[in-house]
Amino acid sequence: MGEALPAAQVNVERQRAVVAALREFLPERSVLWHEEETRPYECDGLTAYRHVPMVVALPDTEQQVQRVLQTCHAMNVPVVPRGAGTGLSGGALPLGDGVLLSMAKFMRVVRIDPVARVAVVQPGVRNAAISDVVAPFGLYYAPDPSSQIACSIGGNVAENSGGVHCLKYGLTVHNVLRVRGYTVDGAPIEFGSEALDTPGYDLLALVIGSEGLLAVITEVTVKLLPKPQCARVIMASFDDVEKAGNAVAAVIAAGILPAGLEMMDKPATHAVEEFVHAGYDLEAVAILLCESDGSPEEVDDEIARMKAVLEASGATRLSVSRDEADRLRFWSGRKAAFGAMGRISPDYYCMDGTIPRKRLGEVLTFIAQMEKKYGLRCPNVFHAGDGNLHPLILFDANDPDQLTRTEQFAAEVLEKCIAVGGTITGEHGVGVEKIDQMCVQFGSEELEVFHAVKRAFDPKGLLNPGKAVPALSRCAEFGRMHVRGGKLPHPELPRF
Amino acid sequence: MDAASASFCGRIREAAEAGQPLRLRGGGTKDFYGGIPDGEILDTRACAGIVSYEPSELVVSVRCGTPLAELESALRANGQMLAFEPPHFGAGATLGGCVAAGLSGPRRAAAGALRDFVLGVRIVDGRGRLLSFGGRVMKNVAGYDVSRLLAGSLGTLGVLVEVSLKVLPRPVAECTLQLEMPQPRAIEAMNRWAGLPLPVSATAWQDGVLAVRLSGAPSALLEAAKRLGGERTEGEATEQFWEGIREQTARFFAGPDPLWRLSVPPAVPPLELAGTQLIEWNGALRWARTSAPPTEVRAAASRVGGYAALFRGADRSAGVFSALSPALARLHRELKAVFDPAGILNRGRLYAEN
Repeated sequence: MGEALPAAQVNVERQRAVVAALREFLPERSVLWHEEETRPYECDGLTAYRHVPMVVALPDTEQQVQRVLQTCHAMNVPVVPRGAGTGLSGGALPLGDGVLLSMAKFMRVVRIDPVARVAVVQPGVRNAAISDVVAPFGLYYAPDPSSQIACSIGGNVAENSGGVHCLKYGLTVHNVLRVRGYTVDGAPIEFGSEALDTPGYDLLALVIGSEGLLAVITEVTVKLLPKPQCARVIMASFDDVEKAGNAVAAVIAAGILPAGLEMMDKPATHAVEEFVHAGYDLEAVAILLCESDGSPEEVDDEIARMKAVLEASGATRLSVSRDEADRLRFWSGRKAAFGAMGRISPDYYCMDGTIPRKRLGEVLTFIAQMEKKYGLRCPNVFHAGDGNLHPLILFDANDPDQLTRTEQFAAEVLEKCIAVGGTITGEHGVGVEKIDQMCVQFGSEELEVFHAVKRAFDPKGLLNPGKAVPALSRCAEFGRMHVRGGKLPHPELPRF
Repeated sequence: MDAASASFCGRIREAAEAGQPLRLRGGGTKDFYGGIPDGEILDTRACAGIVSYEPSELVVSVRCGTPLAELESALRANGQMLAFEPPHFGAGATLGGCVAAGLSGPRRAAAGALRDFVLGVRIVDGRGRLLSFGGRVMKNVAGYDVSRLLAGSLGTLGVLVEVSLKVLPRPVAECTLQLEMPQPRAIEAMNRWAGLPLPVSATAWQDGVLAVRLSGAPSALLEAAKRLGGERTEGEATEQFWEGIREQTARFFAGPDPLWRLSVPPAVPPLELAGTQLIEWNGALRWARTSAPPTEVRAAASRVGGYAALFRGADRSAGVFSALSPALARLHRELKAVFDPAGILNRGRLYAEN
């Protein structure tokens, strides 16, 4: 963080040459380079990092995408692909000497096949729009990131986005069958297919979650699922966070796979309750939302079993949604959590670590210590079912000292996640935001493999460079600043 | 580094220096699958054991040489399972071979494929480096998803020293419905039902009979069985039937004709091929016993946007898997060079040049 730079000095000659080359095949309205037009693209959902791009290209057709890539490749211009710009890790942060390739105009649903249960969509189609358009067939697209009304499927593919129903229905990688697009040199490429198994290596899995570093996607085939007949959710209160964590483990140990299993701590429920009036128990130290879906009989069975487990785990209060309006109200608080933080603090910083669930108590205690250490508040929302934490550090970006403290706070929490056997990012991606923590999570040999994989797709390193995987030299530099327990990470690297 | 990993590293490093091909092998139950293996055997079975298993985390970490049967019984003792129901194809099947082959069983269309359950791997690559990707948590998007790339790579990129898998609770109840219907109607019915909120966990059509397995709460099964009709079996009879499909001990799989595995979009109409067929995965997997020439079988699959692999019982020397597009073939070569630049691991098992 702290890289909110003024517009860098643009190499005007270079800019002119790139614009001229793109204008050969793109209409005037599809090439932006005046600062008042390019400024809106300076950041994505991670607003603390900003760079005004040299040029923004807004192609309409796949052929235009191909020619943008061919042109940039020939001129050695880096390209940063961008979907809806809702990403939280700076994956679509532009480069001052690069072309920002916006896929915003690719908004078409190409084909719906309700019998084979697939939809073919362009990458700019919003996540929630897919479920809307297939709803008449009783189908839906399962992954539901909190930003689903705004985020696009192309961005979901780039980040391998999740949501609140991942434990039962999986992430993007489990729900996409095929993607089509181009490699950085403009060569057409297709990964996966509408058949379930494709021959050779599983390159579809490699490309999903590759943060726009391996290919540019122009079409996506998603898997559609039958919409469950009904769903009900239990809201359970606990007087202790550890007890709530143990209740989650107990539900799963009882052989139940809830459709959704979310936790919020007291500061989080207080912040959202004021905002959306979801009816949360404000006395509770933590609340759990535990959802069951299926046929009405099945849901009744499962809700009864879940209630018994939650009660036995020491829940102080239980309420079950009686109808759909109730259910949506229970969820409204959780889904509005980020927005609510915006109301109680000028800025918030959302983390995304995943931990083994059994270490939850320990990690939450650690976060509470960090709140004291850095003098910043940090409410927690938690995809409890799959161990994915979203602590939200509240700060004021106009105070440079708070910004620095926030950055250090976040780094300590992410490294704690690694230390307990987890990961620095469960669903938001590394982007530019967590790139230094990649040096802690992976050894240099693994990072070398990542760079080699990147070179296999993009030998010149022109597609979204500088994101997701840190240069080894950067890790050496980071390690020098960051000696832990007397041991230098990456000791084999030369220091400078 | 533990002794088993160290010995893999040493052996592979020596082989890479000498340009000596190695053939990775666990129980050898899948020797029949893929291209003809080449090189000295590197036996993975000494590297065995469940490293960690915590049922309430839904994660198990297992060394490659662990017998698949041992893993499954440990999961069963805790009411859990590998939801992708991998075929063993013999008593000695190991977890490493299972993940390397990447094959999923009857529950695949409902629960997901083997690769969907891979959370992390530790491997020794073709340069003798011990590498770790992914982890033991459900959600992890740090770095490229190399773990899933390794699933189904047939040992051509590295030895899977340890694999972490997501596991799921076993269904409370299961039953099977048998319905008489011809192939076109069965394909139509399987796809239609898959689009409805029904607890269907597996389908198999053969010889004019469609078998549908239901899994879930007893109340849901009762209701669905009423709706779908057919003759109902439960308990051991159900388990044995699906075991026969999964392990290919059912009668369909016996006989002299070559066995082909065709992966196609699920709703395509019956494939016109001589011989007999067995259909799984709501129509997406079609087994064909046919003496038709390979070009004809491959054409039947590619006409409908699918792929054909020669599974058992014919000459494998002309290649087993459908050819890749030139762009994908190039990426395969490049990725092989990343992990195994000397080209010594399971040479020719996937494609001639992999």
